[in-house]
Amino acid sequence: MYVAVKGGERAIDAAHDWLAEERRGDPAIPELSLAQIREQMSLAVNRVMTEGSLYDPDLAALAIKQARGDLIEAIFLIRAYRTTLPRIGHSRPVDTGAMRCDRRISATFKDAPGGQVLGPTFDYTHRLLDFALAAEGEAPLARQAEPGPETVPRILDFLGRDGLIQEEPDGDATPPDLTREPLEFPADRALRLQSLTRSDEGFVLGMAYSSQRGYGRNHPFVGELRIGAVEVMMGIPELGFDVCIGDITLTECETVNQFTGSKTEPAQFTRGYGLVFGQTERKAISMALVDRALRWEELGEENVGAPVQDAEFVLAHGDNIQATGFLEHIKLPHYVDFQSELELVRKMRRGARAAQMQEAAE
Amino acid sequence: MTLHDQNYNFGYLDEQTKRMVRRALLKALAIPGYQVPFASREMPMPYGWGTGGVQVTAACLTPEDTLKVIDQGADDTTNAVSIRKFFQRTAGVAVTEHTEQASLIQTRHRIPETPLTEGQILVYQVPIPEPLRFLEPRETETRRMHALEDYGLMYVKLYEDIAHNGEISTAYAYPVKVEGRYVMDPSPIPRFDNPKLESAAIQLFGAGREQRIYALPPYCQVVSLDFEDHPFEASKADHDCDLCGCATSYLDEIIVDDAGGRMFICSDTDFCAGRQAAGHIGRLSGKDTA
Repeated sequence: MYVAVKGGERAIDAAHDWLAEERRGDPAIPELSLAQIREQMSLAVNRVMTEGSLYDPDLAALAIKQARGDLIEAIFLIRAYRTTLPRIGHSRPVDTGAMRCDRRISATFKDAPGGQVLGPTFDYTHRLLDFALAAEGEAPLARQAEPGPETVPRILDFLGRDGLIQEEPDGDATPPDLTREPLEFPADRALRLQSLTRSDEGFVLGMAYSSQRGYGRNHPFVGELRIGAVEVMMGIPELGFDVCIGDITLTECETVNQFTGSKTEPAQFTRGYGLVFGQTERKAISMALVDRALRWEELGEENVGAPVQDAEFVLAHGDNIQATGFLEHIKLPHYVDFQSELELVRKMRRGARAAQMQEAAE
Repeated sequence: MTLHDQNYNFGYLDEQTKRMVRRALLKALAIPGYQVPFASREMPMPYGWGTGGVQVTAACLTPEDTLKVIDQGADDTTNAVSIRKFFQRTAGVAVTEHTEQASLIQTRHRIPETPLTEGQILVYQVPIPEPLRFLEPRETETRRMHALEDYGLMYVKLYEDIAHNGEISTAYAYPVKVEGRYVMDPSPIPRFDNPKLESAAIQLFGAGREQRIYALPPYCQVVSLDFEDHPFEASKADHDCDLCGCATSYLDEIIVDDAGGRMFICSDTDFCAGRQAAGHIGRLSGKDTA
């Protein structure tokens, strides 16, 4: 009797056991601890927190370990866990102006109050494999400088004082919540930014890069990139005032983009904006470029038909959990659909052959 | 008190989320065939594995329910096993493989052969809920087309199929019109199953990744799109089941040897097993073919 379709349950259990064994690798090699991942794979942890929409370095480290280092799989674990968490309340908007910066650079001014602070960056390293790391040598301690000012002013505010950059006034509207309401189009800027923060780093990078290469070009400069800790404040109704519930590290990028002006507005600079968890600056810069490109309509710019100008295209395809799920689901059984196509193709071939024979006979 | 994993709420989703899904379901039942947006949650299985169906099932299940899960018509395909286990663990409900005994059936790609009855719920997993998606990729456009009942594009596509191929070349996910109003995607069921969409059961469709829910209330009119001179035809393999001899059920084709020998068996495993138990035999009954 045909038995191959039976035994699915046993096969699944066995596959899971094998997976667990492969995840561990050679048991003679010491197992990674979550603290090791959290401390030494921190940029991976940051990406998982950002795209998983959950700020928790320990859980992100656990997800990376469980996912065998597959970051999209780790993001998926975090998202699925996040679904089960109750929503206790909402924080106040974080004040990134009060950020205690580890890194703060501007590409538009040589110097500005607060200075250029490189911080822990790969930017000027030579990408030479460091074989000392393979020998497990301890890294030398970095020299300590005198602490700078607690907070530094925003670079773009200096442009704003002269009216050279478009204002972004505070709005009263409650921002929509992508994780609690279905994404609907047209999407306003707050919704687009939420979606971009969660979007796949590679996808947003590719979209941003396409805009730089001419598909919807928008002349960006990094006005300011800052990375550091901010306080998360929450209003407690019973107390009647705000309390700080903790610190989180963010990367914020504001780009300065040219704008030639319109009938109602004189020429001035405009902004693109990126904000992500942890030190994740490639994503923050990419996000700012894509944000700016998506603003073509409100700024009265021409839609040149570039993918990066198309909000429906960008937002509907940026989520890597949705994308990888739908992509990989074609591994699932489709015999019923395939069978129906098989019948149809056979029938159409019979029809075509009969027509050919008829023609040959005539 | 049912036996389920106490670390999770009954049916995995919290009560607020279930209420949100139920509201979408009620709206969907009130407007048959209309796609209701809902705030789909991230589930512990991937998008594309039935997250929409799982959320609909979670929102409908009660501790008294008896659940059946099928994929490609079969209870023992890997993903059906996985989803059934998920609800056994998170809801502790009774499960069955028998269509008649189930109060709720979650399915992927098939409608059971055994006619469903009043009081049963059939939940479909839906990948792309929008029947117009491959004609017009923009959601903003397709929503407008539905609102204006502007289905000309779909009829042009079906007409072009006939002009090029002599017949409508859609073998599964064959579009239907519901109660003379909304054109609906019946999920990727083979068109053989389309006539069964007019049913005594409640039929609910969940698309998790696309965040849409739609529904067919019992005895609702469901017409497969066609033309007077090219009427809709529900087609299947031109064989009988090699195990139970059934000539009217939908069949899976299986390659059984290196020479490409074939056998055909019912895709609905419960239906086939029931017929075999009742003494029906097919061409290969009792033979060791695998």
